[in-house]
Amino acid sequence: MTGTGIGAAVRRKEDLRFITGRGHYTDDISRPGQAYACFLRSPHAHARIRSIDTSAAANLPGVLAVLTGAELQADKIGNLICGWMIHSKDGSPMKMAPHPALAVGKVCYVGDPVAVVVAETLPQAKDAAEKIVVDYEVLPAVADPAKAKEGPQIHEVAPRNTIYEWALGDKAATDAAFASARHVTRLDIVNNRLAPNALEPRAAIGEYDAGSDSFTLWNTTQNPHVARLVISAFVGLAPEHKLRVIAPDVGGGFGSKIFIYPEEVVALWASKRVGRPVKWTCDRSEAFLADAHGRDHVTHAEMAFDDKGKIVGLRVHTIANLGAYMSTFSSSIPTYLYATLLSGQYAIPHIYCEVDAVYTNTVPVDAYRGAGRPEATFVVERLVEVGARELGIDPPELRRRNFIKSFPHQTPVIMTYDAGDYEASLRKALEIADYKNFPKRKRESARRGKLRGIGFSTYIEACGIAPSQAVGSLGAGVGLWESAEVRVNPTGSVEVLTGSHSHGQGHETTFAQLVSDRLGIPIENVSVIHGDTDKVQFGMGTYGSRSGAVGMSAIAKALDKVEAKAKKVASHLLEAAEGDIEFKDGKFIVSGTDKSATWADVALHAYIAHKFSGQELEPGLKEGAFYDPTNFTFPAGCHICEVEVDPDTGEVTIVGWTAVDDFGVVINPMIVEGQVHGGIAQGVGQALLEHAVYNSDGQLVTGSLMDYAMPRAGNLPSYKVDMTVTRCPSNPLGVKGCGEAGAIAAPAAVINAVTDAVGVEDIPMPATPQAVWSAIRSRAQPRQAA
Amino acid sequence: MPTVSMTVNGKPVSAEVEPRTLLVQFLREHLRLTGTHVGCDTSQCGACVVHVDGVAMKSCTTFAWQVEGCHVTTIEGLAKDGKLHPMQEAFREHHGLQCGFCTPGMIMAAVEMVYRKGHDLDEKTIREELDGNLCRCTGYHNIVKAIHAGARAMRDSAGA
Ligand code: FES
Ligand code: FES
Repeated sequence: MTGTGIGAAVRRKEDLRFITGRGHYTDDISRPGQAYACFLRSPHAHARIRSIDTSAAANLPGVLAVLTGAELQADKIGNLICGWMIHSKDGSPMKMAPHPALAVGKVCYVGDPVAVVVAETLPQAKDAAEKIVVDYEVLPAVADPAKAKEGPQIHEVAPRNTIYEWALGDKAATDAAFASARHVTRLDIVNNRLAPNALEPRAAIGEYDAGSDSFTLWNTTQNPHVARLVISAFVGLAPEHKLRVIAPDVGGGFGSKIFIYPEEVVALWASKRVGRPVKWTCDRSEAFLADAHGRDHVTHAEMAFDDKGKIVGLRVHTIANLGAYMSTFSSSIPTYLYATLLSGQYAIPHIYCEVDAVYTNTVPVDAYRGAGRPEATFVVERLVEVGARELGIDPPELRRRNFIKSFPHQTPVIMTYDAGDYEASLRKALEIADYKNFPKRKRESARRGKLRGIGFSTYIEACGIAPSQAVGSLGAGVGLWESAEVRVNPTGSVEVLTGSHSHGQGHETTFAQLVSDRLGIPIENVSVIHGDTDKVQFGMGTYGSRSGAVGMSAIAKALDKVEAKAKKVASHLLEAAEGDIEFKDGKFIVSGTDKSATWADVALHAYIAHKFSGQELEPGLKEGAFYDPTNFTFPAGCHICEVEVDPDTGEVTIVGWTAVDDFGVVINPMIVEGQVHGGIAQGVGQALLEHAVYNSDGQLVTGSLMDYAMPRAGNLPSYKVDMTVTRCPSNPLGVKGCGEAGAIAAPAAVINAVTDAVGVEDIPMPATPQAVWSAIRSRAQPRQAA
Repeated sequence: MPTVSMTVNGKPVSAEVEPRTLLVQFLREHLRLTGTHVGCDTSQCGACVVHVDGVAMKSCTTFAWQVEGCHVTTIEGLAKDGKLHPMQEAFREHHGLQCGFCTPGMIMAAVEMVYRKGHDLDEKTIREELDGNLCRCTGYHNIVKAIHAGARAMRDSAGA
């Protein structure tokens, strides 16, 4: 390992521009002559549009255009789509309702875009939007997924608001396992709805160039190529080669910037209509209405145990809220990213899961950090914890009894786990958390009048999404490989072009570490280029903790090719047989001699091409690769949360957090730990603070940061983060992925700890002081009555 | 339109702006100082924090005319003579940022925290003082570490 190679905590290359205020986020970019867009959004959750009168707005000073669904249709702009086909149990395809970028005929959620004003200045656009008169016929609405099937029908294509009724696993075998079980643990779980709230609000600048009849879109996106593909192939705004999508610095995504949203489509379209670049920047309160939310499951789950505490079966029924329209990947989240992880870290012989996806009058729901896997982990880890309590078995011990111990392991829900050591991460976490002295700490807390609890979460996730053939057979509309190109310059410096996208993950550093490690060149001599469809040929983007396992594997593959070509150049330069050239520590050596050439020599000679003829070898040193994974990767670990609860107020304080994760080979431990910290914070947010609440009329009650509780520094502890390592066998680097682990593990650990402290089976998320206080009261009453 | 005049990062500036122009708009749109960010519309996130006469202020909740004649420092003005401010260094050294969007506001808030609370900041103080700044990426762990170290480094560099 060099000082900047794989495994080194290299300080980030990207930081200089961020700490000096010189990043380039989308809203920082101004195009000459740009105009500003403001959307008029529906104030109703469900209504028919009788008429729209834009004349008063259009006549205001500075207004360049007022556009509605009618103009969208006149220009034959296509609908937004969901790219993953799911079939119901009865074989019927999911019911995808049309999703125009501006409402046509009706609105289906509060915030549904109805019209857009483009004006010289933003204040002018905002003023004009207020002058648009929309005549609505308000319809009854439904926001609660549990009531969706009985609610007013939202889309013609979907009777009973049902998108699909899907199932995975063997029902008969699972029922049989339950019939012979010694004990069954049952839980009703609501996985609370969340607003992702990346700190940078979404933004888009559309620009049409009449001279070349082509478009450019600057956009806060995690996957610019997928955006381009969808906007050209489905929305039909421009052919793919006439649309350039640039994702500059992006201020966090967490899934919410994967999707293709109405606003960027409209900004592009409007730029052609008005002949000016059009900029739209979301307000935070607008983001609550318009960004895809996460989670929102209503679940009944049962776990069956035999007399030795072995899990013999798991049965789950989930209603998943997908909101008013199907967002880009929404159908896959509560199915193949959820039910496939229900085996957790355990050898469970029989699992059966049914998922009903429903429309409601709420903003679409799609992937949010963890996407399906936090929901699965919460089900499994809550059941195991409650089961342990009911069976009188120490929770870590019950987990240990059920851990999968040999690999590969085929679960009953599709996945083949390739490697792991769950016992090792549990053992290390128990040690760091000083579990054996927990009773002492609990007594000490009790002396201060506090209730102390401890909770575990031994989670697993499937990352490195994903083998294209496998996901294709499950309904995905795209392949999930990644691409890379390594360009070596004549002076030996290197540019890496990647289809991954960094919006906080530090790819400019970790990807450069890989190159530095492999080629033996200083990390300063490597640049990582991403986020521009004109520069990078194609890519699938960053989500699902895939950029290490898939994105870096593509780079490794391209580096193999670069090395092979460079050896050919070196053989000519050193006048030796190609087979005798060794590449080591950045040098080409003729084996068994002292003849050598430096990396820079070889790079130069690849380009000046004086030492070989064109028939023998092509000049240049640039190679590309596409890497398609052969399996998912399976990061796993153990998180332990310790809390103190104030019985008088219900307030929960996290007093200890231990995370021991197995991410396989770690490229940069500093960055990986940072990912774990951030994930835990979002998981704790879900467990204790965050909740996107719609009332029964479909009004969003938590529509700003005043009402939606984001975790602040004072809500969170410092974390103890450690690792165990089993190499991932399915990719060349042995990496698994770390971006979502914390968000997946944390909610169950918190709720397990809080319920342990309070002595109840369940407290709904978020466990606010009020919810905890009520739980304490509900526990106290039966005792008093007895 | 009224004229506002102030000193921004040591340079006198003046411009005609609409009265409703916020300080953050003035900085970002008129002066093209885009390091100061807007993360919310309810004065909750702190991405917009700048110093006005040495005091941390949310520039999203301040009209440009309110700081008439004042000295405004933004993230772009923190490094002096090509040398990073110790707090900037500390954020990089301790990985106190990921996407970088909250970072300018965090650093400006942190520097002013040191002005008010001194160089020996314990974890509890730092966490309490960060109440006006949101970060969605880091879970705050490394921000707290960075501020702790940056505060000390500010003393060392002041003494040097
Ligand atoms: S922009 Fe959020 S507080 Fe100023
Ligand atoms: S680093 Fe992304 S919000 Fe703080």
